[in-house]
Amino acid sequence: METFLGFEAVMLARIQFGFTVAFHFIFPAFTIGLASYLAVLNAMYLRTRDETYLKLFNYWVKIFAVSFAMGVVSGIVMSYQFGTNWSVFSDRAGPVIGPLMAYEVLTAFFLEAGFLGIMLFGRSRVGPGLHMLATLMVAVGTAISATWILSVNSWMHTPAGFTVGENGQYLPENWLEIIFNPSFPYRLAHTLTAAYLTTAFIVGGVGAWHLLKGRYGNMGVRRMFSMAMWMIAVTAPLQIVLGHEHGLNTYEYQPTKVLAMEGHFQSYEDGEGIPLILFGIPDQEAGEMRYAVEIPKIGGPILNKGWNDGMAGLDTVPDELEPPVAMVFWSFRIMVGIGFLMLGAGLWGLWARWRGQLYEQTWLHRAMLAMGPSGLVAVIAGWITTEVGRQPYVIYGEMLTADAASPIAASAVGASLIAFIVIYFAVFGAGVVYLLRLMGKPPKRSEDDARDIDGPIRTAGIMPGAQSPAE
Amino acid sequence: MQDLAVSFDLTIAWALLLAFSVYVYVVLDGFDLGIGILYPLFRKKSDRDLMMNSVAPVWDGNETWLVLGGGGLFAAFPMAYAILMPALYPPIIAMLLALVFRGVAFEFRWRAASRRSEIFWDGAFIGGSTVAALSQGIVLGAILQGVEVDGRAYGGGWWDWLTPFTMLTGVAVVAGYAFLGACWLNWKLEGAIQHRVRSLARVFGIVTLGFIGAVSLATPFLEAAYFDRWFGWPEILWVSPVPIAVAVITLILARSLTTHGRDWVPFVLALALFLLCFIGLGVSMWPYIIPTEVTIWDAASPYKSQLFMFVGAAVLVPVILAYTAYAYWVFRGKMDPDEGYH
Repeated sequence: METFLGFEAVMLARIQFGFTVAFHFIFPAFTIGLASYLAVLNAMYLRTRDETYLKLFNYWVKIFAVSFAMGVVSGIVMSYQFGTNWSVFSDRAGPVIGPLMAYEVLTAFFLEAGFLGIMLFGRSRVGPGLHMLATLMVAVGTAISATWILSVNSWMHTPAGFTVGENGQYLPENWLEIIFNPSFPYRLAHTLTAAYLTTAFIVGGVGAWHLLKGRYGNMGVRRMFSMAMWMIAVTAPLQIVLGHEHGLNTYEYQPTKVLAMEGHFQSYEDGEGIPLILFGIPDQEAGEMRYAVEIPKIGGPILNKGWNDGMAGLDTVPDELEPPVAMVFWSFRIMVGIGFLMLGAGLWGLWARWRGQLYEQTWLHRAMLAMGPSGLVAVIAGWITTEVGRQPYVIYGEMLTADAASPIAASAVGASLIAFIVIYFAVFGAGVVYLLRLMGKPPKRSEDDARDIDGPIRTAGIMPGAQSPAE
Repeated sequence: MQDLAVSFDLTIAWALLLAFSVYVYVVLDGFDLGIGILYPLFRKKSDRDLMMNSVAPVWDGNETWLVLGGGGLFAAFPMAYAILMPALYPPIIAMLLALVFRGVAFEFRWRAASRRSEIFWDGAFIGGSTVAALSQGIVLGAILQGVEVDGRAYGGGWWDWLTPFTMLTGVAVVAGYAFLGACWLNWKLEGAIQHRVRSLARVFGIVTLGFIGAVSLATPFLEAAYFDRWFGWPEILWVSPVPIAVAVITLILARSLTTHGRDWVPFVLALALFLLCFIGLGVSMWPYIIPTEVTIWDAASPYKSQLFMFVGAAVLVPVILAYTAYAYWVFRGKMDPDEGYH
């Protein structure tokens, strides 16, 4: 077998797909939530005529444009990665997942792209009503896009509604079963909520940065921080519930993945109960968890089993059908850990607000600044958990990843992989610098908050006050 | 038999729809890639700002047709997608990376803090646009000259796509996009800069016609099937209107670029010229999707897949065309140098 730097072509193709999709995922994870936030800001401005909302819209729309451009160009790459590196998979699964992706283009990509120009450049040309509609269409488009692509992804995890043809192709039998395959509703809810949380933490982190810089008097800074903290207080607990439900669904349809997530190499007898392994060093070759720190018995109820029930572990799964346990085990822990930190941040925000110190608690601001990118880390960790957890299958239970790759030489895949790595880090690295630079500047001040310029003021006393046309 | 007849039609319908979206992509992204290709000829920052702003609101929508082309091929003809992508691996990857550079340049250029980094992103815009156009031309040529098929997969080598013919088609597409871009700018700009793009349109018009001639002459000799299609009897009766129409359009185009008429006329005529080239390609290739190995029916996805998508496409494509046209309408008229959100 020909190799490139010691890697076989299939492994290189996996790294390439993982690399390009992880980079791509970062941008929609942020822009899905940001598009909705912009729609809310614009609607609030039109409703209340409060200039602060308009200034916030104009502030975040620039950040949106830069992020969205990076999402678009990295997304175009994805639509061709299936064919370049996974041609056997494309040929065989194309009849089932191809139409769903075509629908994504027809119902979402065109909608976003068609109205993006009007949203960015068109306010003065089309008037406030149509501009609002365009902003809404962009937001709806991002959500529709997520829906289709997650349906495709879910089908690869929990395939349904198909038969296998004589030529080896998967053939559609029932479109509703294909689209609404068993893991789809859970994955969709969990991922969309993750996108909203990601955006809330970035917005909150930017607000916290400016508060730490002493910009208490900037109404835009206060409002973005406040809105983000509300959003986190609501969605962080919701996300833990949704994640748990998704986990139960995974246990039903892809039990080996959950065994890897939980690190259960060994089986447990009935009557023994299932421990919850908090930490440990997975040793897949030996098939055991070294230095395990575990809480006895509570692993059962978490998986909807009794306190004393037993469970078959990875030792009942043939070695070649086990996913790489360490990666799944650790990425899952990173995601869950961040999830609980997010819950803590939400509660802290509520407490600070209740005490009337939302804009004064420096330690809250420091924590929120540190957690600014936490959503992105959690999203990538969660995605690694679910995708690596599906291995060795590309279509779970149906098609092995090793059988899906293009008949391409390792050197070709390796060379293009290096090109992707170099160019992505250079281009998107520059993009992140530009984003941070935009975020480092505060939103423009409107005249009416100029009076608040001198330092901390109790929130209780702040009213939006009479509006004067700013600028 | 009834079922067979229906699926027969659907496959043709999908081939036509795909051809349509590739055509729309080629002319729409063609003119905005063309602006990148013309960029080096304009040194003044204010000129470059204007040129880029003339496509800033629409480039993203233009590029979406490329995703529909790729996604549609994947969905309606998965076997062709699975053979062509590995066969054209280097030019496709080059095109994607080039599109990354020129796509982000639209935003990054305005975010650059120093003159040096602005020059860098201008370079990315120029290089990205040119390499993307070149790669697309190479892809076109490589499909026309045929790829080796082994069962349901690509059976050739990594450099099969690289021939004098694909180099010719690659450069031809670069010239053609520059011509489209110049015609677009002639429509959108005014004053001294319009005068310049107009003369550029004349130059690139002549160059493009030269390349159309060269590619048209070379193509029939690639495959016996192409030759018979163009020069066999009675086929020549059916296909001769295409070159005749090219000649007619060329004459009107020459007139519109040398006399002072309405500024949108050269652009629309350029679209017509590209349409004729496209029809010419269709004449050569029909009914193959990979000449002369795989027909559209060989590669077609099952009836159920094509039908499911077709119902949606029949409704959605007209809607998409309507709101795309609306987006163009919103930004109609000559560019105002003082406008722009940046």
